[in-house]
Amino acid sequence: MAWFKKTRTPIASTSEKPSRVPEGLWVKCPGCAQVIYNKDLEKNLQVCPKCSHHFRISAADRLRSLFDDGRWTEHFPDLISNDPLKFTDTRPYRDRLRGTIAKTGMNDAVIVATGALDGADIVVAAMEYSFIGGSMGVVVGEKITRAIEMALERRQPVIIISCSGGARMMEGALSLMQMAKVSAALARLDRARLPFVSILTDPTTGGVTASFAMLGDLNIAEPKALIGFAGPRVIEQTIRQKLPEGFQRSEFLVEHGMLDLIVDRRDLKATMSRALQFMRAEAAQPVEPPPVPVTSGTSSEPTR
Amino acid sequence: MPPDTLEFEEPIAVLLKEIEALSMLPQTVERQGLIDELNQRIESIRADIYARLTPWQRVLVARHPNRPTVLDYVNRMFTDFTEISGDRRFADDRAMVAGFARYKNEPVMIVGHHKGAGGDTKQKIFRNFGYARPEGYRKALRAMKLAEKFSRAVIAFIDTPAAYPGVESEERGIAEAIAFNLREMAALDAPIVVVVHGEGGSGGALGIAIGDRILMHEFAIYSVIPPEGCAAILWRDSSRKVEAAEALKLTAPDLLGLGLIDEIVPEPTGGAHTNHELATSLLDSALERALGEVSAMDSAARLEARYQKFRAMGNIGIEGE
Repeated sequence: MAWFKKTRTPIASTSEKPSRVPEGLWVKCPGCAQVIYNKDLEKNLQVCPKCSHHFRISAADRLRSLFDDGRWTEHFPDLISNDPLKFTDTRPYRDRLRGTIAKTGMNDAVIVATGALDGADIVVAAMEYSFIGGSMGVVVGEKITRAIEMALERRQPVIIISCSGGARMMEGALSLMQMAKVSAALARLDRARLPFVSILTDPTTGGVTASFAMLGDLNIAEPKALIGFAGPRVIEQTIRQKLPEGFQRSEFLVEHGMLDLIVDRRDLKATMSRALQFMRAEAAQPVEPPPVPVTSGTSSEPTR
Repeated sequence: MPPDTLEFEEPIAVLLKEIEALSMLPQTVERQGLIDELNQRIESIRADIYARLTPWQRVLVARHPNRPTVLDYVNRMFTDFTEISGDRRFADDRAMVAGFARYKNEPVMIVGHHKGAGGDTKQKIFRNFGYARPEGYRKALRAMKLAEKFSRAVIAFIDTPAAYPGVESEERGIAEAIAFNLREMAALDAPIVVVVHGEGGSGGALGIAIGDRILMHEFAIYSVIPPEGCAAILWRDSSRKVEAAEALKLTAPDLLGLGLIDEIVPEPTGGAHTNHELATSLLDSALERALGEVSAMDSAARLEARYQKFRAMGNIGIEGE
């Protein structure tokens, strides 16, 4: 027998399977292994009827579930990236973009929509994960900024539904600056006393979390969504340990005070409705700058 | 190779060794002439190399251990520096420096990342290698709010590999800390000049880098992800970092061309690390001008201009209406 034993195991990669939008007639739930009839799953907003596992859903399905009668008006759908860096890794970004546009029928990873939620007019930006991991490049940044500015003009609430791996590497520092751009617009929305609800779904990481996703008046997450800044693999490499079960999941973030609540997808619309009634955009008055005290010097009257 | 020379500076290292050997021998006029000649050759080789650095070589220069830190600049350029500590929430973060000082006799607030200078491992650990935690960003914002309260300008020094990617960072809300800074700095009613003087590492850099003027040093870098990380993800091979550095367009001239910075601050030939004194005076003149310009604006106009500045970023990459 050896005197010394290797006790440290090499870093194991997290081996969880990504939840996918199911195809085919029957789907096996990754949460409870139950085999579910696809139509039933659809009726249930892609939530497993047995264990409530939340399958990922598309931006369009999300909007359908929130807006009254599933109807909305889309804005700025034609904005498209021109590959400003002429970026090429193992294949040109231009080709990757073209392929994704053909596959998804979208020009980039977010839909901006207006419509009514239980009668209240709202502006929604919903991110689409199947478009290059929902990553935020210049088009996503611009569309979300326009959505916020539109809400400022119309004095309506903003809801952003995040589903994104973070900033889009293929647009370099231009992507990074979208964090600043969107956050600056949210500063104006905040000062105008208009509501902003951030809905975080699986996954919400990187530059999206470190900008608008964490800035909601309310931050609401779906159950067991991966939410964080650094990716779990990067953290494992830093600390050279395997991460605990449930780290960077919605429940972990609630426990650490970063989220207001976790809401089952089937209850989201009702929760939103209650929240918007509390936050009442229609009565909103912008924050007045504090009164400047009179500095005449001669008057001994106390200023307010 | 001497420890401070970078891999692409080998021709310089060879000559430095020769000089070292010569100076060990007894000094003669002839020998001194030889040394002077070698020094001149070093200067011309250095000028030649630095005139056409590749993006990856710039990454190495930006990360040079002897590159001036925020405190090097503060000690040379400012007077009466008083460091302040803590986020009033959890802890003090030594990877982030904050404090007030005088610049051209005018009180200002300084915030900046600090990686730990030189090859001193102890200091590097003390500064967590410049990886700031949530409390660092919160401390910086607290300092900036002080500046706002007393109508003083803010000067932010950017030099960090990234925000700290650890368990406690996530637990204490690193994403929220950065996001909140982005929002609050966009609306902070005080002149802000940002100096990206070393490594502009992604969100960790941006978290204190919203301002009215963004200056960037000639050999500094500013990127959405480190080249190594980008290579690991897109090429599935971190050794492709040289290509990734190329593709990411992370150099000062690239960022100026993309409209993401306002001005490039020239560095001494061979990089700021070779001559802190000269590097400081080069920054000094750029900073004085930038600060003068933004301080002269009235606050509503300045805030509007700041908004429009970031509002326009990225629009060169968009087509369609």
